[in-house]
Amino acid sequence: MFSSFMINTWIAGTAIALVAAFVGYFVVIRRSAFAAHALPLGAFPGAAAANLLGVNPFVGLLIFVGIGMLLLRQLARMGRRDVGTGLLLVLFLGVGALFLSMTNEYAPEVFSLLFGEMLGVSKADLWPILGICAVVSVLMITIYQPLLLDSSFPDLAALQGISGARMDLLFLSLLALVTASALPVVGAFLVFTLLVGPPAAAQALSRHPLRSLLLAVVFAECSIWLAIALSYWSNWPIGFFVGMIGAGLFTLARSYRSWSQRQRGARRVAVP
Amino acid sequence: MTNQRAILAVADLSVDLGGRSILRDVSFDLHPGQLCALIGENGAGKTTLLRTLLGLISQRTGTVMIDGEAPRKHRALVGYVPQKITFDPDLPLRTRDLVRLGLDGHRLGLPLWNTRTHAAVDAALQAVGAEDFADRRVGELSGGQQQRAVIAHALVRKPRLLILDEPLANLDFGSANALVDLLGKLIAQQQMTVLVTAHDMNPLIPVMDRLVYLVDGRAATGKVAEVVQPEVLSKLYGYPVSVLRHGGRILVLPDAPENADVANLNRCAGH
Repeated sequence: MFSSFMINTWIAGTAIALVAAFVGYFVVIRRSAFAAHALPLGAFPGAAAANLLGVNPFVGLLIFVGIGMLLLRQLARMGRRDVGTGLLLVLFLGVGALFLSMTNEYAPEVFSLLFGEMLGVSKADLWPILGICAVVSVLMITIYQPLLLDSSFPDLAALQGISGARMDLLFLSLLALVTASALPVVGAFLVFTLLVGPPAAAQALSRHPLRSLLLAVVFAECSIWLAIALSYWSNWPIGFFVGMIGAGLFTLARSYRSWSQRQRGARRVAVP
Repeated sequence: MTNQRAILAVADLSVDLGGRSILRDVSFDLHPGQLCALIGENGAGKTTLLRTLLGLISQRTGTVMIDGEAPRKHRALVGYVPQKITFDPDLPLRTRDLVRLGLDGHRLGLPLWNTRTHAAVDAALQAVGAEDFADRRVGELSGGQQQRAVIAHALVRKPRLLILDEPLANLDFGSANALVDLLGKLIAQQQMTVLVTAHDMNPLIPVMDRLVYLVDGRAATGKVAEVVQPEVLSKLYGYPVSVLRHGGRILVLPDAPENADVANLNRCAGH
């Protein structure tokens, strides 16, 4: 499980989980889950195009996730962000299908791009992933406070001179970077789970901003480690386990939260 | 009062939005320790005026001075409480954290709790009576409690001018009275200057010193007794209105189309 070709996967997975939790924490607060779902799929045709042209898929991913991010922002400015996001998602999937129809090496490549591949991390891939994760972590810690205020109550942030438009651009850029680095490992569909599952669970459990962020990181790390280990033993795709663990965590945390709310409600009635 | 510098001075202010004239030649001064009510119906230009005072919108002509300087230079001097306050119930943010973001939300890097921040946050929470829900999620509080939390968020930087947009709009009578008491206390204890918008002036009458009465972008300003007069308001509205006073309450009503009838009624009542 810790042989040399698995080591890359462990390192990449750990780094990805860290930044996915950081960025996902704000995805959940800003209610941008739909954008976080659409962006990875927007990146997918990029990898397909790179495959077609014979260049590094990572370059294609970055270019397409960048285009996707800018289009998403433009559509959001025109109003009805939800509808725009949905249309963009299908448009990108369509473009991806077109590119794939032009190449002949078809099934396994696509499958790993969509659902992830545990052994998909080569030494050459590892460094860009780690570089991006380092940049995202530093940026995230730097803008933590303004982004938290802007995500919680944009009007109050504007009064402190925090520009909502600039925050949105920064946040979407970080989301795009995380997406591009996580996609080759966990796949386009499952980047989303890693982004929102652990932070949503953490926020249901802790009302403390920094503590819930730390908890989100712990949940994300445990999810990806468990998924890698289970995938290694069972030979089932890693994406299946990421999806299961993410949904399971979320369900458990939400159930606990509504249970504790009911308890508190009952206590309030009992002791007026 | 005139020997003290005005904390807020608005002179001949005109503002256009999207090519439409929203405010025309609005002028008023506000001195330290005063409460000014900005009264007007929906669409009269109240929110536009506030946003101009906050430096979020630029004026076409005229000047706004906050403590002698342009609004953008004086962000820390002005606290603002918006009208619509909605927090997601799941937001991982306690009342205490929201107040603290008022102090250092613009700063980069992770927050550091030190004794100074603790003291400032506790003082703001205490000033609005929010100690009881300081450690609860802000999204789980009632509307009135969330409003207090946002007031504390505005107060924590010790502004000299506090601006509240329609703070009474969504409160029941009890909470509205409690808020008016709170504003009175802030003025008395902290020498705060307060500007409040409302569509009904009545709940504010016990505490207000000045009045800016906005109709369709134009304003009449002064003391309540000076502004709320049939002649002044009729001129502002552009048609005849009556002012009814009863038990300390004031009602401004347009005269009936056949205003001769109303005049007759008044005359009968007078006799």
